[in-house]
Amino acid sequence: MSGREAILNKVRGALGVSFGDASRASAVARRLDDAPVGVVPARGQLPESDRIALFCAMALKVSASVDRVKGPGEVPEAVAAYLRSKNLPASVRMGADERLQAMPWKAVPALEVKSGPAGAEDEVGVSHAIAGVAETGTVVLHSGAANPTTVNFLPEHHIVVVDAKEIAGDLETVFSRIRHRFGKGTMPRTVNLITGPSRSGDIEQKLLLGAHGPRALHLIVVDAG
Amino acid sequence: MQITSPAFKENARAALADAQLQKALGNVREGFIDKRQRAVDALPEFDALRDSARSIKDHALAHLDLYLEAYEKKVTEAGGHVHWAETGADARAIILEICRAAGARTVTKGKSMITEEIELNHFLEKEGIRPVETDLGEYIIQLRRESPSHIIAPAVHLTKEQVEADFRRMHDHLPFARDLSEPESLLNEARRVLRAQYFMADVGITGANFLVAETGSSVIVTNEGNGDLTQILPRVHVVVASIEKIVPTLEDMGQILRVLARSATGQDMSVYTTVSTGPRRPGDPDGPDEYHVVLVDNGRSAMLGTEFQDMLRCIRCGACMNHCPVYHAVGGHAYGSVYPGPMGAVLTPSLVGVDKAGHLPNASTFCGRCEAVCPMRIPLPKMMRHWREREFSRGLNPATQRYGLRAWALFARHPRLYRLATAIAIPALSLFSAGKGRFRHLPLAGGWTKHRDMPAPEGRTFMQQWRDRDALKQGGQA
Ligand code: SF4
Repeated sequence: MSGREAILNKVRGALGVSFGDASRASAVARRLDDAPVGVVPARGQLPESDRIALFCAMALKVSASVDRVKGPGEVPEAVAAYLRSKNLPASVRMGADERLQAMPWKAVPALEVKSGPAGAEDEVGVSHAIAGVAETGTVVLHSGAANPTTVNFLPEHHIVVVDAKEIAGDLETVFSRIRHRFGKGTMPRTVNLITGPSRSGDIEQKLLLGAHGPRALHLIVVDAG
Repeated sequence: MQITSPAFKENARAALADAQLQKALGNVREGFIDKRQRAVDALPEFDALRDSARSIKDHALAHLDLYLEAYEKKVTEAGGHVHWAETGADARAIILEICRAAGARTVTKGKSMITEEIELNHFLEKEGIRPVETDLGEYIIQLRRESPSHIIAPAVHLTKEQVEADFRRMHDHLPFARDLSEPESLLNEARRVLRAQYFMADVGITGANFLVAETGSSVIVTNEGNGDLTQILPRVHVVVASIEKIVPTLEDMGQILRVLARSATGQDMSVYTTVSTGPRRPGDPDGPDEYHVVLVDNGRSAMLGTEFQDMLRCIRCGACMNHCPVYHAVGGHAYGSVYPGPMGAVLTPSLVGVDKAGHLPNASTFCGRCEAVCPMRIPLPKMMRHWREREFSRGLNPATQRYGLRAWALFARHPRLYRLATAIAIPALSLFSAGKGRFRHLPLAGGWTKHRDMPAPEGRTFMQQWRDRDALKQGGQA
C-alpha cells in the first residue's frame, strides 16, 4: 500500500467516515467554490482617502518609509531622490514590468537601470506591487516573466511602487483580485505579501532590521496624476 | 524525535540552577507578553477572529482526507510533486531521494519544526549532504549542535555573549579582532556568511505554515526573508509539512494569519507571507525548476477522532509557552522534546507515546494562561489532564516520580529543610565540575547535558541570591 493510501485510510478510519460519502464531498466542494469571507476588521473597510492614510501609517509603523507622488511620471525622480538621500550609487535593478517600463527613467540623468533578476551585487531593487493592504501596511507582489522574485529579497534596499487606487482595505479584497486576474484556483509561482523590511529578534529578543532580506523598504504611493 | 522527556525533573532542576539560562529566559518573560497584549488590544475583532480560525481548522480536520486530495490535485496541476510520508523515516527517505536526484551536496533550510521533529539534519549529514539552517536562531543552535528551545525563537535560551563565542569559534576565517559585542554585529556577520550559502545550495527545504487546498499553495510566514532566499535560489524547492497544515481557501488562511503574528510576536502581520505554487513558470526569470511537497503524518492521523484532535488546530505561534510559568522557569530544553511548553506537553506524548513523555503533562501549574492566550482556543490544560489520567490508569508514573513527589511534599512542608538541603547540595555539585565551572555530564540529567554543558553552580543557592537581590533593591541600587 502506498503512503498516500495508508495515510488517507488512517484519516478516514480515525474520523469514522467512509470513502465516497457524498455529503462530505459536497461540503468541501462548496467551501472551495464559495471561499466564504470570514471576519474582516473594521479598519480594513475604510473609505478610500482614510484607507490610503491608514496604509501609509501602518507601513511607517513597521519601519518602512513612504513617499507619495502625483502620477507614474514622477516615480523615477522619486527613486533617484531616495538613492541620494541614502548615499547609494545611482543604479537600480528591476524586472521588465510594463508599468515600470512606461515610466521616464531616461529623464533622470546618470541613473542606471538594470533589467532582469537580481544578483548578489545589486544594492537596490525596484518592483511594482499589484496591491497594497491598508489594514497592515502590506504590499503584494507576484512573480512572472516581468517580475523576478529575487528583486524583492537580494538587494539591501527594496523600493516598491504601488498605485493608490490599488490599495485595498483588507486581505480578502486582494485575494479576490488575484483570483480574478489569474483564474479561480490558479496562482503565479510566488505571491509575496511584504510588511516592512526584514528583521530578526533571535539574539536576546532585540529587534534588528535587515536579517536576510532588505534592510530598508521604501514605498512610493502613486496618486492618479 | 529524540526524547529526553523522562528526565524532565532532573532537567528542570538543572535549568533552575543555570544562571546564564535564567538571564536569557528573562527575555521571554519581558519580550513577548506585552507585545502580544498591545497587538490584541489594538484589534477589537481579535476574539471573533479566534473563533473563526478555530472553526476553519475544525472544518478542515473533519474533512482532512478530502482537502488533502483536493490539495494534491492542485499541486500536480501546477507542475509540483506531492509525496506522502507515514512516518519520519519515510519522510527522510523521500527527501534524501529528491536530494540525491538533484545531486545535492549543500541544502539550505528555512525554519521548520517538522524537520526538527523528524531529525532531518542529522540524517542528511550522515548521508553526506550538508544542511545549512538559515533562520538566525536556527543557525546559531546548529552551530552549537543543539535543538531549538522555543518553537518560534529557537535560540531564546542564549545570551549574546554565548552567540559571540560560537561565532568566533565557527567563523574562524574572519579576523579575531573584529567587534562582535552587539547583536547588530552578530546579525551582520550571520547575514554575510549565509548569503554565500544560499547561492551554493542545490536544494532549498522549507516548512509550511499553511497548505491551501483551493490553489495547491504552500505558505511560509517569516520575518527574516531567509525562507524566501532558501526557496528561490536553489534549483529544487522541497516543502516539508505535516498533514494538519491544510486550510481550504486563501480567505481561510487570511483569518488565521490575523491571529498568528499577533499571538506570536505581537506584530499585526509578519514581514514576509509567501504563497508558493509549483515550480518556476515558462518565462519566469527566477525561482526553482522543481517543486516538491512532502506530506508527513507521523502520528497526526492517530490523534483525529480522539480527545487530542483539538491539538491539531495548533498553528505553532508559541503564545502558550511565552505565557507559561513553568516554561519561564526552566526553558525549552528541559522538556526534552522539540516541542516544549504547554503545546509540547500535549503534543509530544501524542507523537512519541505517553510512556516516554508522560512527565510533560505534569509540568504544569494548571494556571490556565496557555488556554487563555491560545489563538486557536485549544483547551491545553484539559488535554494535559487527559494525559495524566491515561498515564495514571496505565500505572506509568515511575517510581522515581512518586518518590520525588514525596520528597517535594516534605520540602514543601518544611521550607527550612529545603534551604538547608540545597545549600548542602550546591557546594557538593561544584566539586563535580572540578573547577572548570561547567559540567559535561551530570548524574541523572543526561538529557540535559546531552544538549548543553551545564554551568556549575557558583556556590550560592537561588534563595540566597534572591535574598541578596531583595536587599539590594531595598537599598535602591537595583
Ligand atoms: S497551542 Fe495554541 S498558543 Fe500554543 S503554539 Fe499552538 S496555537 Fe499557539
